[in-house]
Amino acid sequence: MKKTDTMQGSLDLLVLKVLSRQPKLHGYAIMTAIKHISGDVLNAEVGSLYPALHRMEETGWIRAEWATKDTDRRTRLYQLTAAGKKQLDAEVTRWRTVSSAINRVLQEA
Amino acid sequence: MSFWSRVTYVFRGDRLNHEIDEEFAAHIEEAIAAGEDPIEVRRTFGSQLRLREQSRDARIVAWLDCLRADLIFGWRQLLKRKITTTAAVLSLALAIGACTSAFRLIDALFLRPLPVAHAESLYALARQGPDDLGVLRTFDDFAYPNFTRMRAAAKDQAELIATSFTYRTDLTYATDNEMEKGYVQYISGTMFPIFGLQPTLGRLFTTDDDMTPGAHPYAVISYNYWSRRFANDPQVLGRTVHIGSKMLQIIGVGPKSFTGTEPGTVADIFLPTIMNPDVTRTDSSWLRILAVMNPGVPREPLRAKLDTVSLNYETERAKGFVGMSRHNFEMSLQKKMLIKPATSGVSRLQGDYRRALVWLGVLVALVLLIACANVANLMTAQAASRAREMALRVSIGAGRSRLVQLVIVENALLALFSAALGAIFAWWAAPFVVSRINPPDNPAHLILPADWRVLAFGSLLTLAVTLLFGLAPALRASSIQPVTELKGGKEPHSKRRSMYTLIAAQIAFCFVVLFFAGLFVATFRHLSSQPLGFDAKDLVLLETATPHGQSPESWSQMAGTLHAVPGVKDVAIASWPLLSGGWTGSISVNAAPPTDKWGYFLSISPGWLNTMKMRLIDGRDFNSTDSFPGQAIVSQTFVKTFFNGVNPIGRSFEKVNPFGSRQLCRVIGVVPDAAYSSLHEPILPVAYVPFRKLDENGAINRADGGTFLLRTSGINPLSLATTLRRLVAKTNPAYRVNNVQTQQELVDNQTIRERLLASLALFFATVALLLAAVGLYGVLNYSVLQREREIGIRIAVGARIGSIARLITTQIFATVFIGAATGISLGVASVRYVQTLLFGVKGTDPSMLVAPALILVAAALLAALPAVLRAARIDPSIMLRAE
Repeated sequence: MKKTDTMQGSLDLLVLKVLSRQPKLHGYAIMTAIKHISGDVLNAEVGSLYPALHRMEETGWIRAEWATKDTDRRTRLYQLTAAGKKQLDAEVTRWRTVSSAINRVLQEA
Repeated sequence: MSFWSRVTYVFRGDRLNHEIDEEFAAHIEEAIAAGEDPIEVRRTFGSQLRLREQSRDARIVAWLDCLRADLIFGWRQLLKRKITTTAAVLSLALAIGACTSAFRLIDALFLRPLPVAHAESLYALARQGPDDLGVLRTFDDFAYPNFTRMRAAAKDQAELIATSFTYRTDLTYATDNEMEKGYVQYISGTMFPIFGLQPTLGRLFTTDDDMTPGAHPYAVISYNYWSRRFANDPQVLGRTVHIGSKMLQIIGVGPKSFTGTEPGTVADIFLPTIMNPDVTRTDSSWLRILAVMNPGVPREPLRAKLDTVSLNYETERAKGFVGMSRHNFEMSLQKKMLIKPATSGVSRLQGDYRRALVWLGVLVALVLLIACANVANLMTAQAASRAREMALRVSIGAGRSRLVQLVIVENALLALFSAALGAIFAWWAAPFVVSRINPPDNPAHLILPADWRVLAFGSLLTLAVTLLFGLAPALRASSIQPVTELKGGKEPHSKRRSMYTLIAAQIAFCFVVLFFAGLFVATFRHLSSQPLGFDAKDLVLLETATPHGQSPESWSQMAGTLHAVPGVKDVAIASWPLLSGGWTGSISVNAAPPTDKWGYFLSISPGWLNTMKMRLIDGRDFNSTDSFPGQAIVSQTFVKTFFNGVNPIGRSFEKVNPFGSRQLCRVIGVVPDAAYSSLHEPILPVAYVPFRKLDENGAINRADGGTFLLRTSGINPLSLATTLRRLVAKTNPAYRVNNVQTQQELVDNQTIRERLLASLALFFATVALLLAAVGLYGVLNYSVLQREREIGIRIAVGARIGSIARLITTQIFATVFIGAATGISLGVASVRYVQTLLFGVKGTDPSMLVAPALILVAAALLAALPAVLRAARIDPSIMLRAE
């Protein structure tokens, strides 16, 4: 979790966003969704994703439930909670503010 | 919700691990199904174990998890060393239990506020001055007329409430043949309203119930009595209770929490003060005065005002005291008013047991310290054997604070078990001690609630104990240097030094406990071996009342009837038994002015001396025509005091009463001294006068009460009680037996406090000695274990057993002597605070110091023996090969 990863600050935001579009995803699906939507640019590491998921679950932003698949193996599906929706809005706003500020700095320079 | 789920996961750790693993497995499967390379997928997980730990930490309360692990580990450690653990838990439990019991008693008697409104501004009035022997005492008894004056004077500053001394008396709800006992207290009508108390049933007294003498025949019963006697029957309202010659109607039941104003006695029946027959008497002091101070009123001006009012009252009353010596007259007016806090009520028990309980508390606290030192030493020894484990923990990354927590948790576990066991002990012990306080037929009734106060005390005590014995080992564990420790070389002396310090402290405390126990035991032995002057064995006492009075002939007829009962050898009559009452007067010989010293009187029938087995030194016993005034038999001290030791037979003296009347008595006999009213006081000058009394006109007085004394032979005196009661009622219904007891009980009652103190102190001294000996043994054994190698080498190069023994024991005996010396100085310094509890014993008496010291040294020798033997048996060949 302490790895210096370019995604570090934004992993929560990405996970929340993916889950807001499509509820009830398992960890692997979230990982691939981030990869696909970003056109293979962003890559969530397993080692960061799961601790983040579990942490957000404890914070109450997302909720998890076990679902039995046809193969008889259970899988854990995550979805957004009301608190998570709020958090997502806050994170999006924060991201927009920060990125536009950075853009402005880049344009000026 | 979230926190709670994290807490629950702490205790379901396996399931959490399993779930995390399952999720990861599902991920890998999905990835493979999506066509990724299985090896590559597994590789992305890296160390799955570490990932699991990270996820796990997110989902549980980490510190709680550590605590859980420490608890389990600590529990296993305790189980591993069953004997040590049992010894530690038992000794701590005993000490904690004893401390909690002492706290319960002290709290119930002195600290707990009465469950009334304004308890914090409740005070009691008392007067301090010389008693009839000139000793400074505090008196808290007042006469009712004095009370009404003071109440009027204190108006606007404080509300004064009169409460009589709660007393045990005969009463009945039916006929005189079905008497029972009850505790009765007379109280001001204002008490219930001022205390803000509400009735459980019916109504309580108001000011209107306390107006005209004899005109308010009402009673309120306490909730406690209502449940005990009437099983909470609401029909009790309106029932009539007969107390003495009074008939009173029950009008209400008090609130559940209120048991009267005297801790140690539960009042059963409350009556208005105005119904007391002595309410108008100026010479009868039968009540205490409580004061509820108005907010913001300073105490001193009120005290001064009440002092003046009371002194005026006494001075006015004393104007008639022509029969009192000048000196006694002045002494009687030398009393100074006090206003003392009485938040928890006032009772005789408080005065009698204040110091005794405090010292008992000190003793049990010392025992607790000894037990803590013991356990601390056990723990230190253990820590030594676990040094490598701790070092290993530090090397693989355990933080110092985690190590402290580990050791503290283990110790707290130990303390907790001890506290639980101690609580059970205290549950039993406190009421047990209370049941021993008063004579069996009149037990102290101290309410001992086990509520938050006791719980808080117990918890604080447990915490303090844990820190006391657990903190040092914990800090030591955390300061371990893994390098030295794992190398096997270490510096053992520092550890031993701290153990020896604890041993010295233990010995010092143990000495103090033994010393006090010795003092209390000696006090009890002195007191119970005081010469009585009569034979108390096999003597039954029938306290008898005849409400309308009976002639002396009728009394002696009844005595004759009792004499015929099989097993009764002798019968006599006295106004009351020795060691139970008192009757005083000034003495005048040859019509001289009344003396400063008081004479003490008892009226007896002919044959009383014989029944009591008191021999006559000179003169003769009374016969049936002797009377008072008329004849007297006096004690040797009486002769010394009033006749200058000259043979008084045939000479006369006068009993001079305060108001001036004189009763002339001719001395016809002299008897040896006998205990009169108390074993604690010096021998008093006593005059025995005939039970047959004449009034001022020379007419025979009809006595309305007296005590039959029956000397039995060959049977248990009390087994006759029922037979005698029935016989008296059948022979003459005018006689009523109020109480049956034995003279021996009265003698035993004199020594109850001393017996209680002696037996409890002896018990704790035994415990303290045992603990100290065990502690000594443990430390010696440990040091032999530590030095096995060294001793082995010494033996191999030819050391003798003597020098080995000296090697091991020198230091410990030096420690014992330092401890004992400290103990002696502690004991000598504190002994003057217990002097009032002692009788016939001087705290500075060298023999009182030597005995405990000898016992301690003997115990230390005994405790050292096993370790010396162990050292002597070390076989150098085995020892050195093992290395």
